Amino acid sequence: MTHEIAPETASPERRLSPQELERFSECVLPYLDAAHNLARYLLRDRHEAEEAVQEAFLRAIRHFDSFRGADGRAWLLRIVRNTCFTQLRRRRSGGDGVEFDEEIHSPEEGASGPEVDLAGTIAVESVRKGLSQLAVEFREALVLRELEGLSYKEIAQVAGVPIGTVMSRLARGRKQLLLALGAGVKEND
Amino acid sequence: MVCRDAMDRFSPFLDDELDPVASREVSRHLESCPSCAAALDRHRQLSESLRRDLEYHRAPDLLRARVVRDVRAAARRDGAHSRPATQPWRWLSAAAAVIVVGGGTWLVTTLPRDHADGLTAREAVSGHIRSLMANHLTDVTSTDQHTVRPWFAGKLDFSPPVTDFAGAGYPLIGGRLDYLQGHSAAALVYLHHKHTINVFVWPVANAHEGVAPPMTQQGFHVIHGTHAGMTYWVVSDLNAQELASFAEMFAAPFAKP
Repeated sequence: MTHEIAPETASPERRLSPQELERFSECVLPYLDAAHNLARYLLRDRHEAEEAVQEAFLRAIRHFDSFRGADGRAWLLRIVRNTCFTQLRRRRSGGDGVEFDEEIHSPEEGASGPEVDLAGTIAVESVRKGLSQLAVEFREALVLRELEGLSYKEIAQVAGVPIGTVMSRLARGRKQLLLALGAGVKEND
Repeated sequence: MVCRDAMDRFSPFLDDELDPVASREVSRHLESCPSCAAALDRHRQLSESLRRDLEYHRAPDLLRARVVRDVRAAARRDGAHSRPATQPWRWLSAAAAVIVVGGGTWLVTTLPRDHADGLTAREAVSGHIRSLMANHLTDVTSTDQHTVRPWFAGKLDFSPPVTDFAGAGYPLIGGRLDYLQGHSAAALVYLHHKHTINVFVWPVANAHEGVAPPMTQQGFHVIHGTHAGMTYWVVSDLNAQELASFAEMFAAPFAKP
């Protein structure tokens, strides 16, 4: 579902019938906040996130006939994440960054010291920073799980991967975060 | 089950995504292994911290206006489509036109069963958006219902039901005067997490008692009901389920005979 769209054609050529308009405003439009929240965490840039959301909605309008009416949130978020990943690839081809590899992206152990306060609670700022430094696929899974409360099945739909991959991304993402926070993941002997 | 197998399952275990057999095995291991139990606790704390500490980035009003405009443009029959404007002031006027004025195709096609309800819902949503956009959320800012209630007393010819629900996670943050459907209305403002809830209240005579089915307008959820001669409209971008339980809670004190 990755449709490349040149910016200048970013107008919905497809018309929505009155019935479609009503369904769109009931099933898709209410998830505008979820769409924006996801885009913000994936792109980590206010303006790019807003552009991506607007573009995603244009795509959603254009492809609304592919919506089967089951789950408007997962359907919309899939379009949003694809739009964002296209944008990230554009950024990468601009020169920086490396392709994501689940095996390569391991935590930066020892990069930061323990960021746990005396009471043993996790410091707010370190959590935010830790999340922003995770590989984008791990960040995506964590945001969908913790902030949107999606099930593994729904996350799999959004990310377009098997449920097993969702499970391992969440487990690895959390482990990396805990390591980065110095919050004692128990190591095996 | 050995420690390594248990640890590998902490994440889905906490998410309640393990099959029952595996879940029981993890539980059994935790009972006999304090160090794994402590490690699981770290996982739990991390989840709690993510939910509590990460910012939920609601869509800014201008983006909402742009998206609503695009959706409306797609539904227009004459094929006219406004090109995206580039100057900020043009965005602003587009936002004002779409959001505050509303109407057109949008209104006709999303009108709920009762025509009058649809009109009021639209006004309520406009009032909600205006309060967010104009940075004019409250005239009286107080979390104390005993401050907010008397404040209205000198300004309205009725006494709106003002209750703080901070204990349930919906703190009252203040009130202001508004005007809907030709009535002076009390606007009560509540917060839930980062979502603002506007409740518009005014008295009605001879209206049907009860709660109408929830509506959605421009991406906002609207719930309204009438009890004991007071009609109330609850508007927010909060999810429909939580908003419905808030509305129920809001109405409870004065709905009961």
